[in-house]
Formats: sequence, C-alpha cells, structure tokens
Amino acid sequence: MSMNKPIPVSDFHAYPDAQGHFAEYGGIFMPETLMPPLEELTAAYLAMREDPEFIAEFERDLKYYVGRPSPIYHAERLSNKIGGAQILLKREDLNHTGAHKINNTIGQALVARRMGKRRIIAETGAGQHGVATATVCARFGLDCIVYMGAVDIERQKINVYRMKLLGATVVPVVSGSKTLKDALNEAMRDWVTNVADTFYIIGTVAGPHPYPMMVRDFNAVVGREARAQMLEQYGRLPDVLTACVGGGSNAIGLFHAFLNDREVAMVGAEAAGDGIETGRHAASLSAGRPGVLHGNRTYVICDDNGQITETHSISAGLDYPGVGPEHAFLKDSGRARYVGITDDEALAAFHELARTEGILAALESSHAVAQAIKLARELPKDQLILCNLSGRGDKDVHTIAAREGIEL
Amino acid sequence: MSHHRIDKRFADLKHAGRKGLIPFITAGDPLPEATVHIMHALVAAGADLIELGVPYSDPVADGPTIQHSSERAIARGVGIKQILAWVSEFRQIDSTTPIVLMGYLNPIEIYGYARFAEQASMAGVDGVLIVDVPVEEAEAVAPLREMGLCEIFLVAPTTTDRRLAAIRARAEGFIYYVSFAGITGASQLDTAAVRARVEHIKQGGSIPVAVGFGVRDATSAVSVAESADAVVIGSALVAQLAATSDRDSAVAAAHAFLAPIRAALDQAVRR
Ligand SMILES: Cc1ncc(COP(=O)(O)O)c(C=O)c1O
Repeated sequence: MSMNKPIPVSDFHAYPDAQGHFAEYGGIFMPETLMPPLEELTAAYLAMREDPEFIAEFERDLKYYVGRPSPIYHAERLSNKIGGAQILLKREDLNHTGAHKINNTIGQALVARRMGKRRIIAETGAGQHGVATATVCARFGLDCIVYMGAVDIERQKINVYRMKLLGATVVPVVSGSKTLKDALNEAMRDWVTNVADTFYIIGTVAGPHPYPMMVRDFNAVVGREARAQMLEQYGRLPDVLTACVGGGSNAIGLFHAFLNDREVAMVGAEAAGDGIETGRHAASLSAGRPGVLHGNRTYVICDDNGQITETHSISAGLDYPGVGPEHAFLKDSGRARYVGITDDEALAAFHELARTEGILAALESSHAVAQAIKLARELPKDQLILCNLSGRGDKDVHTIAAREGIEL
Repeated sequence: MSHHRIDKRFADLKHAGRKGLIPFITAGDPLPEATVHIMHALVAAGADLIELGVPYSDPVADGPTIQHSSERAIARGVGIKQILAWVSEFRQIDSTTPIVLMGYLNPIEIYGYARFAEQASMAGVDGVLIVDVPVEEAEAVAPLREMGLCEIFLVAPTTTDRRLAAIRARAEGFIYYVSFAGITGASQLDTAAVRARVEHIKQGGSIPVAVGFGVRDATSAVSVAESADAVVIGSALVAQLAATSDRDSAVAAAHAFLAPIRAALDQAVRR
C-alpha cells in the first residue's frame, strides 16, 4: 500500500469510481446481507441526484428550513489581533440545529422517503448528528432510532434529551468502548436485521459506498456557496481553506468545490487530544495507517493486531478512529494536508473567538479556528483563509465549564 | 494445494451419505491455552471442519455472544501470529481436518496480505472466510488465493441471482449460506425458507452449501441438514465455552455439546 507517494490526479471531481473507490481507498467492505440493499441505495441515489425534482426539493428545504445560504463573515478583530492573514468564517453554525450536519440529514431523509423506507436509524457521538436526524424525521414524519454509546450518553445529556423531545428513541450501546464507533457497529447490526424497511442515515463521509459520496454531495453545498460568495465578496478565491476533520463531512463539504482550483491550499485539522505523542488522540490521518473500518478502506487508528483502539478528544464529534476515504485519498495525492490540533489549542481558540468576535464555536469547529489562527500567523496580511465554522458551541458549555473546574 | 483438504472432506461426506458438522469457536476464548485442546475435542466429537474465529474489535455481523468472546480474546492479546501457531500445533496431531479462519479484514490487512498468506498456508490453514469482503472486493485478498488458501463466501437471503452468479464463479471449498438477515446468535430459523434458498443455490453448480446462523442444537441442525450439505454452529457453542473456567472443563464442554448433535445428524440420515 502506497503511503506517501503522491498520486497524480487530473480531475478530483471524477472520484469515486462506480465501486466507490477513491484510488485505493473507499469501496464496500460489508457483509453479504447488506450488499444488495447498498446496491439498491446506490442506484436509487444516482438516479435522484440527476432528478431536477429531487434537487429542487432538497434546495427548497436548505433555503426555507435550514436557512441557507450561510454567510461568509470576516473575523476582522481576530485577524487584526493576530496581525497576519485575514480569517473568514463560513457560518455553518447559523444553520437550523446549529451545525452542517443538517445538510446531510435532509438529503438522506429525502432519499429514504423516496425509497419508501419509513424507519430511520442513525448513530451519534456528540449527539449532533442524532439531533439533526431526529429533527428531519420529525419534519418528514419518519420513525427515528438513534444508537449512542453509553459513555457518550453520559457526556451529552442535553442532546439526548433534545432527541427525545423531537420524538426519537435513543438506544444506549454498551458493547466495545461504548462510544461512537460502537454506536456505528450497533446501527449496522440493526440494519442487517431490519434491512427490508429500514434506512440508515450515516452522519459523516464514512461507511460503505455510496455513503462517502452521498454525504459529501449533500454537504458540498457549503463549498459551492462559499466559492460563489468569495468571488462576489472578494473578487477572488481564498488562498487556504481549513476545516476540522472527524469523519470529514464538513471538511469535504467545504473542500469539494475547490478541489480542481489548484491554487487554493487545503488543511484539515484533526483532534490531537492530549498530543499525538501521548497516544491519546483521534488523528487518524496524521497518526494512523491504512486499514479497513466500517465498510471502507481508509486511515484507521489500530494496534499491530488490527484491533481498532480507543481514541481521545475533548470534542465528542471528532472522537472517531477512522476518517472518510476521500480524505485518505486527498492526503496521499498531496492535494490536502492534515495536521493535529490538541485539546488545549482548541480550547484557547474557542475563547479567542468568543472574546474577539462574539461567537461561541463548537469544540469540533474550534480545532479549525485554532488551525486558521496558526495559518494567519504565518501568512501575509493580504492572504485570505476561509475557515469552516461547522457548528455552534452551546452544546459544549458544560464540557468547557467542567474542564475549567467551574460548576454551573 | 491446501484447499484440497476441504474438497476432499466434502467429497468423502457425500460418498458416505453424511452431513458435515462445522463448529465455530473464537480463537483464544475462553482461555488461550485451551484452544488447541478444544479443537481436538471437537474433532473427537464428530466435527468435519473447524471454523476458527479471528477476534476483531468491531464485529458488525456478530451478536453479543461472539462480540463478548472476541473482547475476551483481545483482552488476552490474541492475534493472528498466535492463532497461526495454534493451527501449526493442531496440525502436528491432525493432518486431515480442514481449518477455516473466519473474521474481518482489518487484522489481515494490518498483518500484511503476502505475509499472512504464506504463514497461514505453512501453518496448515485451508481457507478463509472474511465476513466484510464481498465478491466485489475479493481482489484485495488475491494473495491468499495465490497461496492456495480457499476463498469462502457468504450468501444471504437478500442475495440477488446476479450476485449469486458472481459469488459462485469465485467461491471455493463451499458456500456459507446465512440462514436469515441478521446477526450471529439470533434465533429466527425458518427451515422451509432455508430449504428453498439452499436448493436454489445448489441448482447452479456442484459446490457444497453449508448453512449457519440460527443453528443451535440437534433439532435445528437436523432440520437444516435436510437440505444443506453441512451445518455451522457458532454462538451456542461459544456460549457453552464461555461458561467454563479452566482448560479441562472447556474441553469437556466442547465435546459434550457437539457429540449429541453429531449423533442426531447421523441418525437422521440413516432414517
Ligand atoms: C459541529 C461539528 N463539527 C464537526 C463534526 C465532525 O464531523 P465531520 O468531520 O464529519 O464534519 C461534528 C460531529 O459531530 C460536529 O458536530
């Protein structure tokens, strides 16, 4: 397996191939029982994405339900304080439910409805994807079952209650490490068992084909909008894009429209937790190795026996031992680079943005802000850094208070 | 070529008019030092082929029984290197019972395909059944086939005829038919539905069909064996072994569990 040899690529928009491969990554590594439904989903989705009626339906909900387009905001006080390049924020935190996740759940719920599947399952870590799924299920009148690790349920009580308020059933997962990866395993087991009437809404660009492609397509609205907004507001494209990478859906959402604009650099910020050298992190691309997890080949965090190991991040949404296969491909091709941001760096960026701009960013997004601040320090004043502010931080105030020894 | 051991076993069964009995155990569970002894005990109790589970941290097709057995084995550090050493040890005494390693791809991918293929075939492994490698991705494991390891595939109730043809074209040794859409350890066996599917699979060729998932005792084994060439018993056996606390009791439990099923299968055929 080539690890560092760059792959020459002429058109980044030509991926994946028909079997879901991004060069050597991606694919469909799933038990036979789920292969026919995955084939069926791929065929249905490929037809829908060409269907003007489906596209119009999706765009209507993005506009009137989600509140798109989200603005690009110049963080001027923050940029001035740093004294380097200009930081621009793509405000996905202003979407309904407070994150980019809703772009994808609206899209998949529409696919499910058109396929006649009325029982929706989902996995969630921080609860953001669970809330976004419960929200669209309420919106479309679909049954919603969310699998969530028992450890995460304890960490994210407010989101658990939000899902219940929206009419979803939250099922605690007690297997394995009782976190996001195990919630995904349990959702797959549900799907294998109830495959006839159930649609699995995966929360990021992971899983077997067609999920990495489909979830990317639904989030790619972020980059399409941003590209047009940059041309309109600044008369040019940004010099660098940055976004946090858990599974990678907000990052690929921003990157995708710019992939063939070779002059635009791209940096993904992974969770370095306590520091990559401590082993307590979730930086699959920076510190993992090629392997197979949850239906695709990608970079994974595992031991020498191939066992997936526990990850760590202050942000539950980045706490995942794999990453979307398209990012593995972008890394190997040299088109994007991926760096680690520690818990402490993310927290510092959270406070900096709050105090200078009056924006409470999600802890996940704070990793991207930290990376944008680092880049701004290195780059001249006339350069533009576009940072994806993937979500708002209200959900994280308890975590931050606890970390800082404050009782609410 | 080592997969001759599997082909020969199925040919012999057919010739003798018997049904194959295939126990599954998780390697290293309940105790690493018991695995080889359990394998011999299973053969003594009438096993025709042994499926040895390679533990994995994220077994999406498995129910709680096999999940927990994998977790226990992983906690004891069981990995491919040790499992292959156990197979070599088993082969010093038993050179005829085929062994199929069953598991998920990541442990093999991380071990290295060429290295795994060479060492597994040297150790006396006959085949591999990698649950998360469908026929579309089978090229990933081509080095295993090149070293003579038999590639065994699953067929499910959901499998379409187009897929069945592709699987048949590639499958070696036997086809493993999953009796229901679900995870291991569930019990929703529908014998009539299984028979219809097994007969359909058999129409297309001569490759033997083993049926697994939902077979838990003599009664279910006998009913499935009416149409299948062999039956696979996993979770029910793993659960018996999990209840034991030392090597000797695990070995005794393995024998006590399998022997009556063997007897029932042989009796049903004679009738
Ligand atoms: C606000 C926010 N950003 C980012 C992520 C990470 O996911 P992804 O990498 O798929 O964008 C999450 C996941 O919960 C999230 O809630």
